[in-house]
Amino acid sequence: MKNDVSEETENTPVVRNVQFEILRYNPDQDDEPYYQTYQVPCQEEWVILDAINYIKDNLDRSLSYRWSCHMAVCGSCGLMVNGEATLSCHSFVREMPDKIRIEPLSNFPVARDLIVDMDGFVENLASVKPYIIPAEERGLEDGWYNQSPAQLEKYQQYTQCINCMLCYSACPQVGLNEGFIGPAALALAHRYNQDSRDVGRSAREDVVSSNVGIWECSFVGACSEVCPKHVDPAAAIQQTKIAATADYFKRFLMPWVKPKKSSSLEPGDEK
Amino acid sequence: MLSVIHCDVAIIGAGGAGLRAAIEVARDYPDINIALLSKVYPMRSHTVAAEGGAAGVVKGEDNFENHFNDTVSGGDWLCDQDAVEFFVHEAPKELTQMEHWGCPWSRTPEGDVAVRPFGGMKVERTWYAADKTGFHMLHTLFQTSLKYPGIKRYDEYYSTAIVEHEGQCYGVTALDMRTGQMRFFRAKSVIIATGGAGRVFPFTTNGAIKTGDGMAMAYRVGVPLKDMEFIQYHPTGLPGTGILITEGSRGEGGILVNKDNYRYLQDYDLGPPDPWPRKKAMELGPRDRLSQAFWHEQRKGNTVKTAFGDAVLLDLRHLGEEKINQRLPMVRELAVSYMSVDPVNEPIPVRPVIHYTMGGIDTDIDAATSVAGLFAAGECACVSINGANRLGSNSLTELLVFGSRAGRNAVQFVNQLKSGVDEEKILAIAQQEVDSVMGLFQRQGSESIPALRNEMNQIMEAGAGIYRSEESLALAVKQIAALKVRFADVDLSDKSNVYNTDLIQALELGSMIDVAEAMAVSAFNRRESRGSHQRLDYVERNDQDYLRHTLATYAANAAPTIDYRDVVITKSQPAERVYGGDSK
Repeated sequence: MKNDVSEETENTPVVRNVQFEILRYNPDQDDEPYYQTYQVPCQEEWVILDAINYIKDNLDRSLSYRWSCHMAVCGSCGLMVNGEATLSCHSFVREMPDKIRIEPLSNFPVARDLIVDMDGFVENLASVKPYIIPAEERGLEDGWYNQSPAQLEKYQQYTQCINCMLCYSACPQVGLNEGFIGPAALALAHRYNQDSRDVGRSAREDVVSSNVGIWECSFVGACSEVCPKHVDPAAAIQQTKIAATADYFKRFLMPWVKPKKSSSLEPGDEK
Repeated sequence: MLSVIHCDVAIIGAGGAGLRAAIEVARDYPDINIALLSKVYPMRSHTVAAEGGAAGVVKGEDNFENHFNDTVSGGDWLCDQDAVEFFVHEAPKELTQMEHWGCPWSRTPEGDVAVRPFGGMKVERTWYAADKTGFHMLHTLFQTSLKYPGIKRYDEYYSTAIVEHEGQCYGVTALDMRTGQMRFFRAKSVIIATGGAGRVFPFTTNGAIKTGDGMAMAYRVGVPLKDMEFIQYHPTGLPGTGILITEGSRGEGGILVNKDNYRYLQDYDLGPPDPWPRKKAMELGPRDRLSQAFWHEQRKGNTVKTAFGDAVLLDLRHLGEEKINQRLPMVRELAVSYMSVDPVNEPIPVRPVIHYTMGGIDTDIDAATSVAGLFAAGECACVSINGANRLGSNSLTELLVFGSRAGRNAVQFVNQLKSGVDEEKILAIAQQEVDSVMGLFQRQGSESIPALRNEMNQIMEAGAGIYRSEESLALAVKQIAALKVRFADVDLSDKSNVYNTDLIQALELGSMIDVAEAMAVSAFNRRESRGSHQRLDYVERNDQDYLRHTLATYAANAAPTIDYRDVVITKSQPAERVYGGDSK
């Protein structure tokens, strides 16, 4: 049995001095944002968030930021770390240089320090009707829907989004086009469209296939690269584009066929 | 001028219980105005971190009786049996409702909902969504809540006080964190669903937001905190961070070994080790027993040393990579990220960490408190179905069962309400609460928030940890009382309005100190060992004197007063808790 944990043990934690350059902005006091520098004695095991907490507790009580779970599932603590959108609880100081620049997530208005205004993001999520729209109401006495592991797998990946908003920071279109509802919201629409219990695709199409939806995406794929949960919003958007296009052409080629309410589009797919 | 927002039902907290309550009200009573307040956006709530699953009877060979018995014996007979009876019957309905709302429950090859075994469980009944059950439940509830325009959300509103007058609740005051403005939500009824208080302790699976705010708010208006001495250690957290490694990992066949690669649980009445996995034995024993076994192993020198203190080893290697990826993807991800250990190749160092507060706001089976119009549900409440030790996977179900019940009963209260309160008087009380928060800005304090918080953490760990004694608890009670005095002189260095997190941390610390005091005093007065409350000086359970709930009632400048209330027993008389070879 491997027991090498004990060999490294009794050593005191390794400490490295790291310079943090943090964007500060308090609308009560500041005309514009500025950078403030802190020297932080970082331990080997620390994530970026630990260093920020150290600053808050020991160096500067006025620094404001969001965090909670410290295990990469609540989605609160996304930041720009040396220019890259990152979950600060999931990014290790030991993998970083001796100077680290911390900024709020790009492409969002800054509310204070590292806190961004995320109301627009939540409105975008809500706009795609992210809930089951059933063919008919189902009573509790009818029990659960049958859903095979294969049917589950079709949408499961798209359920993994923790709403951390890193994809909005990474996406060039979000930056250029204020109306674009963005990768996470489109992936969420796709998640419900692909669920065998749902028939709401046409109800979602108004937003998803509109000029704020999928057609704004230029398929750079930055969203999928930056996603800490491997949701792959780019794939979701691409699949939705194909589906929407198929619907569009069917209207001309087969006017007698009503557009499928349900989601799946690949030939031979059944709900 | 006091800013007033009128509503019918104000719900404080938008995690599992708060969202479930809100949906229940909005779906069945579209005319009711709901204000859903939370200090974080709903999807940040700590329900998100629950991994293993939610219990509800589904299998042919299982029945309500089994779930009832596992829960009551798991809770060392401190559960109210009428509440447990109600709970086990509602459980499958609520979980099915979650399925209709889109929760991605894991499935059997036939397309039915799959269930897995959990600690202390006779037949497997834990519904799960891989090992991210709480995450999926929270997001399903949040997304479903978006369907209902009746739910008006107030995200990032930190609630500061319940407004109470002559035994009735008239709303809640809250700080709009983005502007710094205080508002009064004049509500006809209020549901508290703010979660637990694990942050009172230093090593915890709980997120930063779990600071017992709702417990403190109810406590300060005279609602007793019940059974606060019962705090669950989860046996398998990562050393240092306290990150949870789900019990599901043992349900799938993981084993716990000490430094000699020996399955030590067989030495603590949980064996024999084989055949494995086996329900209600060894690694699938209850959480309190497993955490206590760790304490003994540590004293025997059988633990392994890590940079973050002593640990035992959770070995999953025999499950193989495929099963680990399929059933326990999050466990692998967490171990690799935060411990640099890949469980496919190496065992994961783990230790007991504070996980859950069994105690909480005293409610009856209707989720109602002693203040008329004030309800509570979820971890902040104590119904009580968890008794002295919560059975794994009962808490996610509890959020649903008692969240929806709180919602229904809050509406019923609103509909039966007779008007005729002096609104001026109510506004004056609310104004007082607002002024007391604003007072923090006026003062020059000298006590540091992080220093006091640290001291509180150390006091509770040292005095009210896995094992306790008269001496350790007396010291903790004394030290916390001193801390309370010092907190009155707390220093707020940030005096600005927008997202003042210094202020929020000060208010949270105030909540935690009150809750910590209730925990320490309640533990001091319970001179027996039961479930998670283990006394080195009173090692036996004492049904004669303590088959009763502790009720701690707030006193402004003194320790809480302690009373007791008999446990409700309907059909299961207290017996010995038997796990391992002799368990039935």
